[in-house]
Amino acid sequence: MPHISPVLWQFLVKWMTNFALFPPEASRIAPQMDALYFFMVLVSLIGLTIVILLLTSFSILYSKKRHPVAVQVEGSTLLEATWTIVPLGLFLVMFVWGALIYFRVYTPPANAMNIYVVGKQWMWKAEHPGGQHEINSLHVPAGRAVQLTLISQDVFHSFSIPAFRVKREAIPGRYTTVWFEATTPGTYHLFCTQYCGTEHSHMIGDVVVLSPDDYKKWLASSTSGASLAQNGERLFASLSCNACHNTRPDARGPNLANVYGSKLRLSNGQTIVADEAYLRSAILNPSQNVMQGYAPIMPTYQGQVSEDGVIALVEYIKNLNSDYRVQQTTNTTELLPTNEGKAAPAGQKATGSTPAGQGMVKQ
Amino acid sequence: MSDSSTIVQGATAAVHHEHPPYQRHHFETIGQQNDATNFAMWLFLLTEIMFFGGLFMAYLILRNWYYPAFVAASHQLNIGWGSANTAVLISSSFTMAMGVWCAETRRKSGLVLALVATFLLGLVFLGIKSIEYTEKIEKHHVPGFHYSVKSFVDPASDPDVAEYHDKPLAPDMAQKTELYFFLYFAMTGMHALHMIIGIAILGFLIVRASAGAYTTGHVTFVENFGLYWHFVDIVWIFLFPLLYLISRHQ
Amino acid sequence: MNYLSKENGLLSWLLTGDHKRIAILYLISISFFFFIGGALAGLIRLELLTPQSDLMATDTYNKVFSMHGIIMIFFFLVPSVPATLGNFFIPMMLGAKDLALPKINLLSWYLYIAAGILALYAMITGGVDTGWTFTTPLSTHYVNTNVITTGIAIFIAGFSSIFTGLNFIVTIHKMRAPGMTWFRMPLFVWAHYATSILMVLGTPVLAIALVLVVLERTVGIGVFDPAKGGDPLLFQHLFWFYSHPAVYIMILPGMGVINEVISTFSRKRVFGYTAVAFSSVAIAVFGFFVWAHHMFIMGISNYSVLVFSLLTMLVAVPSAIKIFNWAFTLYKGSITFETPMIYSFGFMGLFTIGGLTGVFLGTSGTDIHLTETYFIVAHFHFVMVGGMLMAFLAGLHFWWPKMTGRMYPEKISQFAAVVTFIGFNFTFFPQFILGMLGMPRRYASYPQEFQVLNVFSTAGATILGVGYLLPVLYLTWSLKYGEIAGSNPWQATGLEWQTQSPPLTENFVEIPIMDHEVYDYEWLERQKEKEVASVR
Repeated sequence: MPHISPVLWQFLVKWMTNFALFPPEASRIAPQMDALYFFMVLVSLIGLTIVILLLTSFSILYSKKRHPVAVQVEGSTLLEATWTIVPLGLFLVMFVWGALIYFRVYTPPANAMNIYVVGKQWMWKAEHPGGQHEINSLHVPAGRAVQLTLISQDVFHSFSIPAFRVKREAIPGRYTTVWFEATTPGTYHLFCTQYCGTEHSHMIGDVVVLSPDDYKKWLASSTSGASLAQNGERLFASLSCNACHNTRPDARGPNLANVYGSKLRLSNGQTIVADEAYLRSAILNPSQNVMQGYAPIMPTYQGQVSEDGVIALVEYIKNLNSDYRVQQTTNTTELLPTNEGKAAPAGQKATGSTPAGQGMVKQ
Repeated sequence: MSDSSTIVQGATAAVHHEHPPYQRHHFETIGQQNDATNFAMWLFLLTEIMFFGGLFMAYLILRNWYYPAFVAASHQLNIGWGSANTAVLISSSFTMAMGVWCAETRRKSGLVLALVATFLLGLVFLGIKSIEYTEKIEKHHVPGFHYSVKSFVDPASDPDVAEYHDKPLAPDMAQKTELYFFLYFAMTGMHALHMIIGIAILGFLIVRASAGAYTTGHVTFVENFGLYWHFVDIVWIFLFPLLYLISRHQ
Repeated sequence: MNYLSKENGLLSWLLTGDHKRIAILYLISISFFFFIGGALAGLIRLELLTPQSDLMATDTYNKVFSMHGIIMIFFFLVPSVPATLGNFFIPMMLGAKDLALPKINLLSWYLYIAAGILALYAMITGGVDTGWTFTTPLSTHYVNTNVITTGIAIFIAGFSSIFTGLNFIVTIHKMRAPGMTWFRMPLFVWAHYATSILMVLGTPVLAIALVLVVLERTVGIGVFDPAKGGDPLLFQHLFWFYSHPAVYIMILPGMGVINEVISTFSRKRVFGYTAVAFSSVAIAVFGFFVWAHHMFIMGISNYSVLVFSLLTMLVAVPSAIKIFNWAFTLYKGSITFETPMIYSFGFMGLFTIGGLTGVFLGTSGTDIHLTETYFIVAHFHFVMVGGMLMAFLAGLHFWWPKMTGRMYPEKISQFAAVVTFIGFNFTFFPQFILGMLGMPRRYASYPQEFQVLNVFSTAGATILGVGYLLPVLYLTWSLKYGEIAGSNPWQATGLEWQTQSPPLTENFVEIPIMDHEVYDYEWLERQKEKEVASVR
């Protein structure tokens, strides 16, 4: 139709060709969430149709012209009960269905590979276990559960990948997690969705889903030479943590081997599971949770170690865990069946090459 | 457009002639007026509870997180001054209640005396509070203004806490005492602000009462102010143990 | 002689204790703020016409949307219906001469004005760019804008709102005319009773949260600062403890208006009066226990998410009840389609959409994907603008004859109502799709592929703007040239219609006796017959 304005025409063409009602479904959870979403859309449309039908039909049937004298009706317990119970029932179905999906999104499987993400004004920094860093982009393999451990260095941010239907706030001072399993290789939007200041709308990036082979190549090509745990080990030594945390019998600090994931007894009698959050707080607020049998003498490293540094330390301590290492090795073997330690030397090296049991700080 | 004017029957001739002078025009009876203003005051106190509730919530959460810091910091408060202030406030509540009674029984000089006593006790409270604040300023225990953790990392240097035999806090925990003092100043400051407002209104009441305003039957204003004053008192009754007392045995 | 003509001069207005005059003062002031907020909305939509941030820099855009939110919420939506129509008509509906506390009522308007001036001052001298949510630690440590001034402004505005709510509760409890039992009160009054509970109990929590933010900014340390051991999530809890109930403060009075309008123009008692009355109270009560649904993705415990999601579902039910009860009020009625009725139909359609999409967000699973996107923007604009603003306009037209004594011009106002409805849908419906596609809210620039829907939205906003300007013009015109209304142009049953228009300063010649049920149209007929008989 050449007689309408060319601008408008282009606009319409653009709309017709790009029109979509929902973003690509590129993760395992996406179709599940969309199923619920479209169920709710359907219920809403039915509900809306009923309301509109009632309004229009009553308006026509009982307009003043047709129905000059109103007949007073008090109400109807039966009808009212119907429109109390039916919506309630539907809402409860949505509640249960939604809760199932919610728990799935925020309960990572045990074998998920972990990537740390630090949000700061106004960029995302991803730290892969192999030591690869990325700014405003995230490379992940398809067909593999990936857990993100998020933290913010300053204000609230929110890590959102619409194509995966996952989102999690990155909060200052505490770790949050989310996981996904990407299904389709491609490049997808990464947004910060929690308003975080001036350049909020520029805190965007790409999530690149690679086939397992491409992912291996990417790991190899973007290695920084040392794994995250090795960086942590270096930091551990340079901060002289090993002055106290060592294996000597008169050590002033607890031995950190196998600490991760274990239950610790604290000096105030409570027990606590040593997860990432605990390890982080033990570095930054050491006196808050002192282990039984130790004096609260550890200085705080608040202000001396950045969130990246804390992550490296946490990853290092996790790697002192023989179980964790076995687990990571299993994961790595799944991922890298043929050329472990060669094509991706740093990729999973810390986990693969340091023999179990000697991961302690070398004196 | 029909123009049927007032078609509701009027109420049976209201008591238009027997109004006391202080009854406001929109109330039917003085009883209704008293009820309404009294009820309004209670509702206002409800909003005040929610207001302080936010502060108490913050205090409870952070105390739970940083227990040692909160204990050590609360040892810095002077229990003598705190108790004295509690006594002062409770007495002021008593004199206030006496004032309301005097107003109800139409004793003008008694009312003025009670209000003046309440006024003075209120000032004494603020005076003691300012002594306590000055101490905090001298010891650099005001958050955000050259805050010093010296008393907590090295309790031996501080004679005030010697009696508690506090162990030195680790530096990171000692920092959290700043949060305690933030809440201390926020809570007692909000309370003191309510006291100041109360004292200002008291001043106004005294002037009006000595002109004989509240001893001719119109007591609701004094009564409602009494409610406010008792409320401020009760807030202190919660603040005193939370801030000063519950860490005594440690 | 009426409340408008009784006294003249500016002072007689500024020192008035008359709830009707205070309502007019409020009406003028909230309209002023509405158009400031609306102008800011226009800037937002203009900026979003193109994917780049080209009309203004990102920090300007951030200030614009922050001020839009702050002004619209605290200076327009919260006081809109309660402080104007509620202020004017609650005493009249109850058969009272005034609100219980006229001086407090006037004080509340002065607080509102002081707060408004302070907010405008903050806006002119640099603005604020935290969003209306003041998220810590962004608001406390990371921005250099006028957070303190704006925070104080909202604190003061909060007290204005507390005093309004307090006044309503006292009035409803203590000032009812003889025979006016609780279940003879118009549902408009019930809705305001529920609203007032929220105002009185919720607002102080916002006040203390803002005090703590201001203190933290002043001294540089505070309970919300994670770097010093504070808890930023505590701010979220305190903030949403008010700000979730606040959305019911912003919709319940609108629902109240719809009851009156639908009943009047279908000549029928509201279907299931008791259910509708209690559903208002239920919304108010449940409304206090759903605040954490704003925090589903903030890392709170999964189990508390379950509880808050379930409670959110429960709070959705009373709204569904209301919608169906209104629809069935039309059943066997005798319906006419004056402007207030058209706005009410608009309200019912848009609020249904707004409410149902709220369920998408209350459902924990889908909330993960939809929250913080344009879906949420569309959702709350459907409720706030499609709901509350439509209801406000419905109420304003409905009671205009009573307030001013003049009719508004019917044809053009019907046209304006339709324009508003169309413009609204054009503006905000595309935003649902944008949200599902993942476009984040509060973005000054966005990826290319979102442009088409944004262009639709901006085009719609233009139509919407016209829809809102028209009433200002013809309502002002009608003040002088409108047809004389008479005391009860709609043949409505409320007590406010049984006295002259505009009413006397003390509302009624004699305090009325409520000797019949509410919405009793047969009683109205009998009264008219009696009057005709007495004239004969």
